[in-house]
Amino acid sequence: MDNILDIRGLGKRYAGGHRALDDVNLQIRKGEIFALLGPNGAGKSSLIGICCGIVTPSEGQVLVGGHDHQKQFRAARSMIGLVPQELLTDAFERVVVTVNFSRGLFGKPKDPAYIEQLLKDLSLWDKRHAKMMELSGGMKRRAMIAKALSHEPDILFLDEPTAGVDVELRRDMWNMVHRLRERGVTIILTTHYIEEAEEMADRVGVITGGKLILVEEKQALMQKLGRKTLTLNLAEPLERVPDALAPWNVRLGAGGYELIYDFDSQAEATGVPSLLRQMSDMGMAFKDLHTSQSSLEDIFVGLVHQDRHGGDA
Amino acid sequence: MMMNFRGMSAIYAFEMARFGRTFWTSLMLPVVTTALYFIVFGSAIGSRMSDISGVPYGAFIVPGLMMLTMFSEGISNASFGIYMPKWTGTIYEMLSAPLSATELLMAYVGAAATKAVLIGAIIFGTVHFFVDVEVAHPAAMVGFMLLLAVTLCLFGFIIGLWAQSFEQLQVVPMLIVYPLTFLGGAFYSIDMLPPFWRSVALFNPVVYLISGFRWTFFGQGDVSPMASMVAVALFLILCLSAVFWVFRTGYRLKQ
Ligand SMILES: Nc1ncnc2c1ncn2[C@@H]1O[C@H](COP(=O)(O)OP(=O)(O)O)[C@@H](O)[C@H]1O
Ligand SMILES: [Mg+2]
Repeated sequence: MDNILDIRGLGKRYAGGHRALDDVNLQIRKGEIFALLGPNGAGKSSLIGICCGIVTPSEGQVLVGGHDHQKQFRAARSMIGLVPQELLTDAFERVVVTVNFSRGLFGKPKDPAYIEQLLKDLSLWDKRHAKMMELSGGMKRRAMIAKALSHEPDILFLDEPTAGVDVELRRDMWNMVHRLRERGVTIILTTHYIEEAEEMADRVGVITGGKLILVEEKQALMQKLGRKTLTLNLAEPLERVPDALAPWNVRLGAGGYELIYDFDSQAEATGVPSLLRQMSDMGMAFKDLHTSQSSLEDIFVGLVHQDRHGGDA
Repeated sequence: MMMNFRGMSAIYAFEMARFGRTFWTSLMLPVVTTALYFIVFGSAIGSRMSDISGVPYGAFIVPGLMMLTMFSEGISNASFGIYMPKWTGTIYEMLSAPLSATELLMAYVGAAATKAVLIGAIIFGTVHFFVDVEVAHPAAMVGFMLLLAVTLCLFGFIIGLWAQSFEQLQVVPMLIVYPLTFLGGAFYSIDMLPPFWRSVALFNPVVYLISGFRWTFFGQGDVSPMASMVAVALFLILCLSAVFWVFRTGYRLKQ
């Protein structure tokens, strides 16, 4: 069995009656980095909360390493480390003390060598005797990661790990995630920064309105849904798009010096050769050309839009 | 792993360390209050009081005094202990750890009860500077103290679970527990009350607790020791049922 996490028919209705999750099915493979992408209020934190035992599901089941997360909660939870979205810490506790505390909570015997390495990896070793309240926001976030990793979990949940974090720390975080993956830790992170999913994830799931609307390999997703843009730098500027080029739906840019064509890179006929042929027939010269891939962000915005419109109809 | 003892002891140690940070205040407070009570009730008033059933007034108030402090300290510590992580949000870690609700309960209540017993012992030590007290049934006295400390802390734990603001955390101890303990016969025998009020007092559960504790000291109380035992047992069962109902429903801990 290669799925370390198996989420089946998960639903959550909060006390107020709000439906935060609706029939979510998701399998996470051992050792992968999975990015759960979705706007605020999509249900990302609720999903993580259920997996970790903080939120009670209304229906459905979660298997962690084959263990039912409620009936066999000890085995299930022992495998999981959680870094929640908010910075929640005991202000008066010292870093190394609170990290050791977390390890103890998970029933593991003390291991000073492991904790030392962990704190060094997270650049926290110099701050080990500092009180939590003396740390900057970024340092607090690291300390929470150290707490989550203190019991050597197989699965790490990172709920918006880089929200409100500066660029440098974000880079560090990404490096850390890659290092963890090399050690075989499965990582599930939520984000609404597309670049984060694009940079880190092996697979991406898109959630909106409590529904998981898509799960794809990142590469496949970008290829499948990715549209490319062809930009031609013209030798002579155009005032308007010639009628003969109307079928390609091209537009002008850079004051008429650029001809821009959006196309589906996966389509049988991209329309690129025929466009170029037509242009050469018309005697239009261009000095240079380049194509660019649309980012996950564009894909994502497109998807969420589609879903909204689909849902309203 | 049948039970997560390391997890429980981590919470227990955390709670004890929290007490440790305020060790001197925790220690001095009961000593100072005890001294004050003895100056006011023991010397100033006590000297004009006759013995109660052959027990000098100064000694008579010792069990009630211990109980009074254990009541307030036990309930406030236990309620605060579980309320704080709820308030700061750090409860997420306890909930995501491989700890059962019962283990969580035992760790928090155990730590608070330890402190309540320690404070009781400190007061007991302090009173020896003021009066001679002999304990008729030492084993029963220790047993009663432990049982009561656990029960009170269980009660405090429930308040801490229920409370959603610091105000609510205070309201039950202030408006219910404090009056009941104050009127519970800590400083007088309910036999000293007029018959009507004596009957009313018998509806106050705290009367049974203080009376039972006083029996372990002097071999006599306002009510029979059996009645006291039944009262403590009922209180304990009530608190345990409440807490298990709370856990079954996930009430105010999990969404
Ligand atoms: N404790 C709660 N009680 C009621 N509604 C909640 C609670 N927590 C979250 N919600 C609602 O559930 C939805 C999903 O929230 P959440 O899982 O936090 O989304 P995300 O993490 O994707 O931003 C939101 O509409 C939110 O308002
Ligand atoms: Mg969230």
